[in-house]
Amino acid sequence: MRTLVFASLFYFASFTLAAGLAFRVWLYARTPAPLKIPTTPAPLTRGGVAVRMAREVVLFESLFKSNKWIWLFGWLFHVSLAAVLFRHLRYFLQPVPALVALEQPIGVLAGFAMVAGLLALWGRRVVVPRIRYISRASDHLMLVLLIAIGGSGLAMKFVTHTDIVSLKAFFLGLMYLDWKPLPDDTILAIHLSLVAALMIIFPFSKLLHAPGVFFSPSRNQADDSRERRHAPRGLLAAGRKG
Amino acid sequence: MAEAAPKFDPKAHVVGDPIEIPALACGAMAGSKPYVASSAHQQPLGFPGELVENWQEKAVARLGELVDNSRALRVYLDSCVKCGACTDKCHYFLGTGDPKNMPVARQDLLRKVYRRYFTLSGKLVPWLVGAEDLTKEVLDDWYSYFHQCSQCRRCSVFCPYGIDTAEISMAARDIMDTIGLGQKYSNEIIGKVFNIGNNLGLPPKALKATLAGLEEEIEEDTGVPVRLPLDEPGADILFVTPSADFFASPHMEGLIGYAKVMHEAGVKWTFSTYASEAANFGMFVGSQENMQKVALRIRKAAEDLGVKRLVFGECGHAWRVAYSFLDTLAGPFDFLDRDYPVPQHVCEFTYDLMQKGKLRFDKSKNDDFRLTFHDSCNVARASRMGDKPGGQFEIPRAILRATCNHFYDMAPETIGEKTLCCGGGGGLLTDELMDVRIKGAQPRMRALRDVADEHGVTHMAAICAICKAQFSKILPQYGFDMEAIVSVHQMVSNAILLTGSRQAEEYDAQQKPAS
Ligand code: SF4
Ligand code: SF4
Repeated sequence: MRTLVFASLFYFASFTLAAGLAFRVWLYARTPAPLKIPTTPAPLTRGGVAVRMAREVVLFESLFKSNKWIWLFGWLFHVSLAAVLFRHLRYFLQPVPALVALEQPIGVLAGFAMVAGLLALWGRRVVVPRIRYISRASDHLMLVLLIAIGGSGLAMKFVTHTDIVSLKAFFLGLMYLDWKPLPDDTILAIHLSLVAALMIIFPFSKLLHAPGVFFSPSRNQADDSRERRHAPRGLLAAGRKG
Repeated sequence: MAEAAPKFDPKAHVVGDPIEIPALACGAMAGSKPYVASSAHQQPLGFPGELVENWQEKAVARLGELVDNSRALRVYLDSCVKCGACTDKCHYFLGTGDPKNMPVARQDLLRKVYRRYFTLSGKLVPWLVGAEDLTKEVLDDWYSYFHQCSQCRRCSVFCPYGIDTAEISMAARDIMDTIGLGQKYSNEIIGKVFNIGNNLGLPPKALKATLAGLEEEIEEDTGVPVRLPLDEPGADILFVTPSADFFASPHMEGLIGYAKVMHEAGVKWTFSTYASEAANFGMFVGSQENMQKVALRIRKAAEDLGVKRLVFGECGHAWRVAYSFLDTLAGPFDFLDRDYPVPQHVCEFTYDLMQKGKLRFDKSKNDDFRLTFHDSCNVARASRMGDKPGGQFEIPRAILRATCNHFYDMAPETIGEKTLCCGGGGGLLTDELMDVRIKGAQPRMRALRDVADEHGVTHMAAICAICKAQFSKILPQYGFDMEAIVSVHQMVSNAILLTGSRQAEEYDAQQKPAS
């Protein structure tokens, strides 16, 4: 029964995440960008834009300009999250790639760093009046959710060990449609439910910033309006008589 | 709720860190609202004359339309993570402490309605995600706070996703216009452009007289017959400038500067009565249709006069519309000479001549000016000059340094891409908004105070008609001289040595014994 519930939950969550994101990305791509609005100074070429975008996504350049604390905590969280996700590949790949195996200890450390980063971000959200003012219940709950995911994950490593071998069998089974039982473990059940919840919420929440940043016209447009004609579809074409 | 705030005394606030973060003062600026446009100002722009009966329905429908037609709007409304990085970046927040002037909070006024009507979470669990129905209170907030945004884009520099509150304000104003709740100041001005050709409503006769008067003045002063041609067929360059340049100080001193540069360049150029306005308030009200109609006037004037080049005078948002939008709105400009940038900024024009060694200056003529430079927001963050990113910062400074012996920049966090708005941009340059204009200028005034104290700076140059008009009013409030604001081409005008002018002769005579 529990296996069936979790198996269906993960199929549903994966589908929602993939379909929801695909729909959103399609929507962003389809929506016209009528005017050139890069925030200048901006790169003059597409290649330059790719570099600017890479700096934004990897280094959080604008955030660094803006506020060193938010940058530090936010960057710590995201980089740690990436390391943790990378570590989790070992539950989905057989055999485990050498790089993933090598990264395991870093991934564990990153688990702590991730939770630390999240707690610091939450602290600011509660303590700094400006940020408290702009926070809604969902903004707090999102942090609670992520912290709970990180906390339950760490608990399985350091408090009660989970049967990793059968867990992996369960996930490989999900992927190859050859279902295997899920180990009976409360913390694991909590961890997995929360992750599934996050996946389901993703395409309906502010987590859309992940695809959104790539579509942000102020960041992804080149400053070339005098060199290259920008004539998109949409309202503007209709305004011309001749 | 709005508390009765103690009267704001600018002079008591002029010393301090320009970007000092104020304590939150909830509702402090809720009462700041511009006059509502009457039907006479609405209808020529294609907007209903008064608030329509089913305004709520219409507003939501318009929001949907805008989101479907603007990737920026859609992505920005979806992507904000409430990180708070932008909260202390708006000059109106810094000056007022009203939390709804924090960029993200300003966006949220629209975002909460977007969420309510267009997102699953907002439809299902509005209380959780801060989604709200569009009520009269929300509309009131829109009218107040979307008219406390000068669309300066400072917030977009600092947002990790580049979320530009200016785009949100423009959309909100478009929606309000669509339901009949327009802003008098901007809409009246757009109407004047349609009727007369410029924001100030200066008729052709008055323009002609002004330009003739200036020609006389220049000749008297220099001995050189510098022309300021109007509607002159056969000209190669159409010069489009904000109409304030024909009207008030220190704008007009800049205009004289342009004319002297054009004269010295030996080009055939002209102004146009039909396009006697570079500004385009269609952008401020977020109406692409009206922005396009205004922009098309420039194209028509260029075609009718048969010019080969387009040069724009000193104006911030006009340069944004010209540089970034003109080709999209009114192009392609195949009939213009592609050997020159289309369009070109007068600073680029002057700088280019300087590089070629065609202009001579006597810097000492500007020794009474210890200068700094105010980067105008739309030039800084929404356009470029020259062929390198950031040329919009360097070229005007290069001109000032070439024409003036004393130049000092203000603090780095207040200039360049981080420049602070003058406080009067984006359609706020109207008397009934004086309170928010004064407060919004506080960060800039503090930065100016700093260089005044440290380097004895006496004047601040700018390349924007709105900045100049705003500062002329605001400077005295903060204890500066009203005339401390100058045009960049005013400095050019003072220092330039026109070939054959009295000034050139004197200068050369002085130089002789020394050499
Ligand atoms: S900086 Fe950007 S993401 Fe952060 S709160 Fe402001 S608008 Fe939202
Ligand atoms: S665009 Fe400028 S005025 Fe508007 S919210 Fe951003 S910083 Fe403030």
